Amino acid sequence: MAYVAVKGGERAIDNAHAWLDGERRGNPATPAVSLSQIEGQLGRAVDRVMGEGSLYDRTLAALAIKQSQGDLIEAAFLLRAYRTTLPRFGYSRPLDTAEMPAQRRISAVFKDLPGGQILGPTYDYTHRLLDFGLAEADPATREPALAAAMDGPMPRVHDILSQEGLLEPDDQNGSAPSPAEPGDLTRQPLLFPAGRDVRLQALARGDEGFLLGLGYSTQRGYGGSHPFAGEIRMGEVTVEIEPPELGFAIDIGDIVVTECQMVNQFKGSKTAPPQFTRGYGLVFGFSERKAMAMALVDRAMRAAELGEDVTAPAQDIEFVLYHSDNIEATGFVEHLKLPHYVDFQSELQNVRRMRAEHARSHAEHAQEAAE
Amino acid sequence: MKGYNFAYLDEQTKRMIRRALLKAVAIPGHQVPFGSREMPLPYGWGTGGIQVTASILGPDDVLKVIDQGADDTTNAVSIRRFFARTAGVATTTHTAEATVIQTRHRIPETPLREDQIIVYQVPQPEPLFRLEPSRVETRRMHALADYGLMHVKLYEDIARHGQISISYDYPVLVNGRYLMSPSPIPAFDNPKMDGMAALQLFGAGREKRIYAIPPWTQVRSLDFDDHPFRAINAPGNCGLCGASDSYLDEVVTDDKGGRLFVCSDTDHCAERRAAGHIGAEGLRDAVE
Repeated sequence: MAYVAVKGGERAIDNAHAWLDGERRGNPATPAVSLSQIEGQLGRAVDRVMGEGSLYDRTLAALAIKQSQGDLIEAAFLLRAYRTTLPRFGYSRPLDTAEMPAQRRISAVFKDLPGGQILGPTYDYTHRLLDFGLAEADPATREPALAAAMDGPMPRVHDILSQEGLLEPDDQNGSAPSPAEPGDLTRQPLLFPAGRDVRLQALARGDEGFLLGLGYSTQRGYGGSHPFAGEIRMGEVTVEIEPPELGFAIDIGDIVVTECQMVNQFKGSKTAPPQFTRGYGLVFGFSERKAMAMALVDRAMRAAELGEDVTAPAQDIEFVLYHSDNIEATGFVEHLKLPHYVDFQSELQNVRRMRAEHARSHAEHAQEAAE
Repeated sequence: MKGYNFAYLDEQTKRMIRRALLKAVAIPGHQVPFGSREMPLPYGWGTGGIQVTASILGPDDVLKVIDQGADDTTNAVSIRRFFARTAGVATTTHTAEATVIQTRHRIPETPLREDQIIVYQVPQPEPLFRLEPSRVETRRMHALADYGLMHVKLYEDIARHGQISISYDYPVLVNGRYLMSPSPIPAFDNPKMDGMAALQLFGAGREKRIYAIPPWTQVRSLDFDDHPFRAINAPGNCGLCGASDSYLDEVVTDDKGGRLFVCSDTDHCAERRAAGHIGAEGLRDAVE
């Protein structure tokens, strides 16, 4: 057989892309899914892609989901690669989630509190029974009855706890945002020691599944921190920027966020009295699972700062931050399918050489034993 | 390309990368952290090399991209197309014609010149990562030139196997100071790095590091006096062009143990054949 060098990489790529386009479209007899359908009816997927893609744009996230056939990590990747080309004008002012009209507000530490508990559009108490009624083209929906109380003031649970000094203050142990500009992982490389600003950014962009697993591990004894869900809020909050040339803040739009404040037990240290400590999670859209996992991992990563033993994966800042980004992870795991035959060839020769050496030394030993 | 800057990256980003490159050239073999950008190609597929290439490319450059030594492997095709599309630069498969060569896993057989730059795609810039996973620790080791860990690893290899068992990504000491990963090139290519006329740049996008070897710099593969460094190659000559001094790929030709060894550097092989060299396989074809 004559060896024919493998040629035609370009043609193969073109053909693969054409095939992909057809696969994405699916059966042409079925109407194509529209971006407004994805945006409106697959909202949780849009939220996740915006969060991990680090770009708040529901329409572009919907486009990315359509383009990636619903592969949400691929969609987040598309969004990130677009985001990186955008100019950055500056930082917004800190979001004021206390002023945010909450569509959902839950506290697991107080039965009732000012502003009340609001379940909002949650799956929490649904029975997970397949609803065959949804299989119909246009199932009926019901209007919720919204209480007037929702418009009242809604102080943070953390502020209530802080009044008694039971909760660590914001500015303790480097927990508060530093007065300088916060770090930005999309502009500067991750370096250690990583401040909490950078850690929280990494977690907010991190993979939901990875954070969920790590957060879960802290509940099962790998770096336990005795968490209580102090407060979870979801709602639409105003983003403001303050251009230096204006000298006052201007409203640039509203975004939906989910915020989770964990309250964690803390026995105190040489310098700090026994008190509760904080773990914080903030995610684009309605992404409660991720916000909660993020808060658990944030608190776990503060172990060293609080003088606790660092023994578990979730407490190892370097481990968590280097492996939480699913765009990095998927790229590097999947790069194994690129050709490696040069390296493999050198390994082949190496193993053959080592086997020869092994056989030779065994033969020598056998001969010595025989003598 | 409409809507994008020349060579995709905006000029501010290029400037940031060029600064990192200058620092890297000034401290040969030292890993310089840089603000690696999200690229439209996946991490692990050459994003570091692409960012370096994008930052040094000018409109008059001629670009060659290889993967495993070949110009026609799919990822090399994809990256070459990316620059043809975003920068509109001329591309070539001929090593001698290129001004910039981006590579994954090989150094071309044709010696490079002073007016050429070779850009390596690097998956893992930290040569010590298998021995010490924490980058906080390895940075400290580099700062102190504390490379005992690596020497112990090599010594243990010899004690256990009678030889050093690293066949690719074989660690090198640059300019007598920094331990450096040469990227996963076969150890066969390591000697080409030593005193190379061309500027060698290394980009690791996912790990966000850049490093460099200026022209005519000493690059030594780690070894011991009584166990000198040995490059590994398949025994024999290229079946197509008969070359005896090029790195060979092993091609499986049937399911009965049939093997054919051919040049991994496809341009080198093609040029030799064009010049009339012929290997055993070529001769057999001619007879048939």
